[in-house]
Amino acid sequence: MRLTIREALLSFRRAPLLSALSIMMIAFSLFSFGLFALVAINFREEFGQVEQRVELQAFVDDSTSVMTLTDGVGVAAGWPEVERAAPVTREEALTRARESMGEFRDVFDAEFLPASIEIQFKEGFRDAAAVKRVADRLEAMPYVNDVRYGEEFVQQLDAIRTVTTGTGIALGTAFALVAIIIIAATIRITVLARAREISIMRLVGATDGFVRRPFLLEGLLTGLAGGVLALLLLRGAYALVTRFEFVDALFLDSAMALAGVAAGGTLGFLGSAFAVRRHLKRI
Amino acid sequence: MIRFYHVTKEYPRTGAALKDASLRISKGEFAFLTGPSGSGKSTLLKMSYAEERPTAGEVRVVGMNVGKLPRREVPLLRRKLGIIFQDFRLLDDRTAEENVAFALEVTGAARDSIPGKVARLLQQVGLGSKAASYPKQLSGGEQQRVAIARALANDPYVVIADEPTGNLDDRATRGVFQLLQDINMSGTAVLMATHDLDLVRRADYRVLELNLGQIVYDSADRTTPTPSEL
Repeated sequence: MRLTIREALLSFRRAPLLSALSIMMIAFSLFSFGLFALVAINFREEFGQVEQRVELQAFVDDSTSVMTLTDGVGVAAGWPEVERAAPVTREEALTRARESMGEFRDVFDAEFLPASIEIQFKEGFRDAAAVKRVADRLEAMPYVNDVRYGEEFVQQLDAIRTVTTGTGIALGTAFALVAIIIIAATIRITVLARAREISIMRLVGATDGFVRRPFLLEGLLTGLAGGVLALLLLRGAYALVTRFEFVDALFLDSAMALAGVAAGGTLGFLGSAFAVRRHLKRI
Repeated sequence: MIRFYHVTKEYPRTGAALKDASLRISKGEFAFLTGPSGSGKSTLLKMSYAEERPTAGEVRVVGMNVGKLPRREVPLLRRKLGIIFQDFRLLDDRTAEENVAFALEVTGAARDSIPGKVARLLQQVGLGSKAASYPKQLSGGEQQRVAIARALANDPYVVIADEPTGNLDDRATRGVFQLLQDINMSGTAVLMATHDLDLVRRADYRVLELNLGQIVYDSADRTTPTPSEL
């Protein structure tokens, strides 16, 4: 282990330019992917806020007692799709209508508006199919007259979600693949630069494992350093963009940031493992 | 120590580099391997340290069958051999002593024993005072001496030398050759490929001559014609 560490650190000292170049290539690859991730996260956040407006109202018969209404709310609250179910009495409906209508507030009276059950949906159940399921169940209740949920709005959200998820996966995969290819090529260059050293090591009786270990450690350290540098660049880019007051964006949380650095380390390690393995097989 | 039994080596593009070659190098023997370029000298040596495998026949070196040696056991074979090349093959970014120590480190030698052994080996090849020099700071002859010290690090049974004096002037050649003779005197077998016929004539060692992949002369074998008869 001592030898492995010494050899790995020596290679940084012996070829500082190549090591710096490798770190920078890994950093830029991860940075590009990170920028994409940042855009995706912020888009998802914004979309999530729009999704929160998906609501459903089940209007009940005027003869429905408060107790029945409360029972209905209790049943609906137990459904897996439902985040919150609340009763809206006729008085509450009137108060809300008056608040929202401003100068026309006096045209309403309590007789005009029915009581209802108001449903908000859990994240992941704000799509047309889930909302329709809940609507159907409510409509099956004998005292429910009408169910309203802005069907068109929910369907539009569905369409946007489908397109953005597809595009996100495709772009994310493309960014990740390009990053992996660049990192693998970079590491391959560092292995080729030391082909002579590897052949000498083998001639004096080094096992493949002995040859491989310093490269794996070097790959891991290069990858981690690249990951940290990518994170710093990303933070810089984020600071630059959020200097404008109208931009209100999220940054990666600490788990994501750690995952990014770990991804750098993993890619460096695996890239080295493949490159050395391939090289050793050929000699 | 080294035994080739009807060995043929064929390359997919260039054809046969060695044809039905048989030879035996005994313990403590010194043998020259001569022949023109492309005659198969390097191929024969490469098979001795399992860099190449025979296409047909059997190669046995220090008791191991090279043709059937699993890849993971190749290092074990090489640790029993000392290999020297025309181009020295030293690591340029390590000093003379680091180059020699490296050969010990890769075999897992005890850490405490390495500095003493390295100093002794460099002393043996006459470079005790240049232990801290980098290869670029040494002459060709000195670099080859470092390579020899490295080859001796693991107390080999056989030293395999592929044109070790090919890049050296006369004086350095004599020095390196003397060193190889000293090593042989201490009981290590030496198989040395060379183009230097003066060197071969001056020394009274066994000579094997290769031509077009075949052993055409062996001074130890009365049945092959002498070079003058060819």
